[in-house]
Amino acid sequence: MKELLQRLTQAYGPSGSEDKVREIIKAELPGYETKTDALGNLIVEKKGSKNKIMFSAHMDEIGIIVTHIDKEGFLRFDFVGGVNPFHLPGERVEFKNGTLGVIGLEKLDKISDLTKANLYIDIGAENKEEAMKLVRVGDFASFTSPFIDLGNKVVSKAMDNRSACAVLIKLMQELPETQNHIVAVFTVQEEVGLRGARTAAFGVDPDYGIALDVTATGDTPKAMTMEVGLGKGAAIKVKDNSLLTHPYVKDKLIELAEQNNIPYQMEVLEFGGTDAGVIHLSRSGVPSGVISIPCRYLHGRSEMLDTRDLEAALALAKAFAKADLK
Amino acid sequence: MDLAELLNSLSETSGVSGYETMAADLIAERWLPMADEIRRDALGNVIALKKGKGHGKLLLAAHIDEIGLMVKKIDENGFIRFATVGGFDFRTLVAQEVTIHGKEDLRGVIGAKPPHLQSPNDQKKAYPKDEFYIDVGLKREKVDELVRIGDIITINRQVQKLAGQRYAGKSFDDRACVVMLTACFERLTQINHNLDVYLVATVQEEVGTRGALVSSYGINPDLAVAVDVCHGEFPGVRSDKGFILGKGPVISMGPDTHPRILDKLKEVADEGKIPYQLDASTSARGTDAWAIQIARSGVACSLLSLPLRYMHTSVETLDLGDIKEGGRLLAEFALKADRQFVEGLPCF
Amino acid sequence: MFLKELSEARGVSSREQEVRDLIREYIKPHVDEVFTDSLGNLYGVKGKEKKGPKVMLAAHMDEVGLMITSIEKNGLLRFLPVGGIDPRVLVSKPVFIGKEKVAGVIGAKAIHLQKPEERTQVLGFDDLYIDIGASDEDEAKKLVKIGDVATFTTVFGKLGDLCVGKAFDDRAGCTALVELTKLEFNCPVYFVFTVQEEVGLRGAGPAAYRVNPDFCLVLEGTTASDVAGTDEEGYSTTLGEGPAVSVMDRSVIAHPKVVGRLFRLAEENGIPLQNKRTITGGTDAGVIALSREGVPTATVAVPCRYIHSPVTVMNQSDLEHMIKLTELFVHDIAEKGVEN
Repeated sequence: MKELLQRLTQAYGPSGSEDKVREIIKAELPGYETKTDALGNLIVEKKGSKNKIMFSAHMDEIGIIVTHIDKEGFLRFDFVGGVNPFHLPGERVEFKNGTLGVIGLEKLDKISDLTKANLYIDIGAENKEEAMKLVRVGDFASFTSPFIDLGNKVVSKAMDNRSACAVLIKLMQELPETQNHIVAVFTVQEEVGLRGARTAAFGVDPDYGIALDVTATGDTPKAMTMEVGLGKGAAIKVKDNSLLTHPYVKDKLIELAEQNNIPYQMEVLEFGGTDAGVIHLSRSGVPSGVISIPCRYLHGRSEMLDTRDLEAALALAKAFAKADLK
Repeated sequence: MDLAELLNSLSETSGVSGYETMAADLIAERWLPMADEIRRDALGNVIALKKGKGHGKLLLAAHIDEIGLMVKKIDENGFIRFATVGGFDFRTLVAQEVTIHGKEDLRGVIGAKPPHLQSPNDQKKAYPKDEFYIDVGLKREKVDELVRIGDIITINRQVQKLAGQRYAGKSFDDRACVVMLTACFERLTQINHNLDVYLVATVQEEVGTRGALVSSYGINPDLAVAVDVCHGEFPGVRSDKGFILGKGPVISMGPDTHPRILDKLKEVADEGKIPYQLDASTSARGTDAWAIQIARSGVACSLLSLPLRYMHTSVETLDLGDIKEGGRLLAEFALKADRQFVEGLPCF
Repeated sequence: MFLKELSEARGVSSREQEVRDLIREYIKPHVDEVFTDSLGNLYGVKGKEKKGPKVMLAAHMDEVGLMITSIEKNGLLRFLPVGGIDPRVLVSKPVFIGKEKVAGVIGAKAIHLQKPEERTQVLGFDDLYIDIGASDEDEAKKLVKIGDVATFTTVFGKLGDLCVGKAFDDRAGCTALVELTKLEFNCPVYFVFTVQEEVGLRGAGPAAYRVNPDFCLVLEGTTASDVAGTDEEGYSTTLGEGPAVSVMDRSVIAHPKVVGRLFRLAEENGIPLQNKRTITGGTDAGVIALSREGVPTATVAVPCRYIHSPVTVMNQSDLEHMIKLTELFVHDIAEKGVEN
């Protein structure tokens, strides 16, 4: 799992440019016929006669888009997804063609005045002409940060949501025997508005939807008030801003976790959304839920999670995939 | 049907967004004897069909969910921290009694630091949101046995009858309009109406008009009227944003209103001597009409509103007369709008 | 080109009748079928029987405006914006209200009567009134009704090498679309004039659901701030450098293959084309791209200064280039298909 996780998190894939991640995932599932739809969602199916269950994990990560290249070759940019400008000074970025850069900060009187307008990217070019050989206005970049193994805990950029992609890959590689029709969708553009999942769900038209995504924790010093913590198991989401988990799905996940001795915790998140937020509103409605992976330091370069929680999430997903549902 | 009694029963039944079952069961039970067909969809919307002469499909929607709270953490001393489901003014929660629906129903109070222990400066500000908690009078271990993260919490409030036909209570947004639909339903059983009417008690409106989105996709109506509450006039409320209690339901004029449905509603109201008020609204964002209008290839839509003071508090106040008149208006519309009217809707 | 007539036509979101009727007259002789839906979207269809990918070209008919929400006892009118209007552009401007074009002005307290601190305060919608010259509520009610909408009164004309008028967002797009109906293509083309874009991209979703296209190009008018007081990085788009393609905005990330194709065609045919260099705002493309199972969609727009104000300014050459580029694009799609 760790090796797969490292390859996935280190790959380049900001919203709208998920190709490289898609290729890695496809290579992991040679036994399946895969399909890529109009927006770039990757769809992997194991047909069945009972309930159709759509599992989703988004491939994209937050990043930046270049909006201007000045005379000296410095780049101005805007955010792709929920980027916190305070995380950026000194951060490193990577473009699709491998070009690397550093984020610099204009001189400020007070650091609290910092906004994205005070930031720029330096790719080491001497001038605009040289810069334009490597980068164009409209190019996307992701942040770079190496993977660190701390034992049970692992750290990297893009744990949101490559960790869930890893779980979904493993689910399909190790799919239990079941009459249920399983559709795994690796979605695009979640970070900019749950976009890929919307069209994918319309196309798949499932009976049930389960999104796999990371969630925040309340287990660090003076953290937000939240019960979820690292190492306590897969989190069963009750609510976030995009979804009130269908009570039947929620209760089923709890039942399956208890029956199979899978460590789990309950999650109430007071902000944010996941693919399930749009899946459950597809067509005439789809009972949906989320199996969450607790993660500290979200949307930063050092997102941290516990591999035991990943294993628990995988076990719970497997249990749901083969469950007898209404 | 005793509308005041139905209003009472609905108001005092628990049905927070996402957990509407009890309230949905109640209304389904009242609608069953009047309906040709009745069902629940995947998200729990209650959908009843009252057949007419088949001139077209009319969708009438009012939401049955209420705002509420949810357990998000239990601290070491057994105090419960909560998240909101839907929009709350926290100032109205101070010293409020609640019920936590855990393994059993637990009574709780939302505590407030007494003035004696506050500095004079503290007392000038509203209590900060993250200082709120619920006291159930039990130690941590006992609370853990009965309550879990994610459990729903409802506000305790009994309906108060005020002067005339006025009532105050919780969740009149939007259960009062579900009562209006019921009044309409009853009238429909007595008349020979042209349109086939789908009455829907929608779910999860308070968190983003979610029930309306999926139910309108499923029903795919020719036209629709969403019914929700609007603000009653009150000192400090802009004159064009508050409506008078007792002067009839409010018909919306705005981007979400199909011009011919607007004209028809006014015509039908004038003919039937039904009082109404008009609202020049620049958007129906925040009501089921917003969701219904863009279902599939679009639905000719309108919004009918009930004036309500103190919205999203536990003492929402209305005039029962407005509910009765609204019910009459909807029934007359279903009676008089005919095939020609429906076929003319896409003609611009 | 019908830019003048379309700019001066009055069609605030949900009251697009005048614009719709005008466009219908223009396109009827050039398309096979014309119809509307129950939201008021106008469709022109050409070549339905032809083989090839189904292409949808869209532009929105509505403009931002004001809605009269109450009539005061003294005869002044209260109002609220329909669509995004910065209240600061409204003070001291004339408007026309309702079908009868009742004249009104948005007045403000004379400077002589203001305290110095007042002059730096923004006059918001709570402080502004429209004066139609009525001396009391009764007189006002004879002329206007609650719910009537008001538009700016700007007359289209030249401004040096440029032109000025109201509502270039999106009458520029509508003009382009009308011109394109005169051409012949080798695939089915749906020319869709949408409603209520300015109040939440409302008409486009249902239109896309109905048409179910294989591909869509949205023709718009977009922000340009290539003016004094803005640093170069804040221009967004520049007048006279051709239409602008949006790679990303708040509603959509344009399909990269589509964007690539547009730039290639532009280069091969000597058509100037620029990037929109800010990512704010949203267009109909946002909802069309997410219709059903997804539609490869992009937006091409004419740069306009002072958008959503009474005086929008554009360069007509940018509009001509947008029409030419769209024509080439549809031919390219008809010939080579929509590759994924």
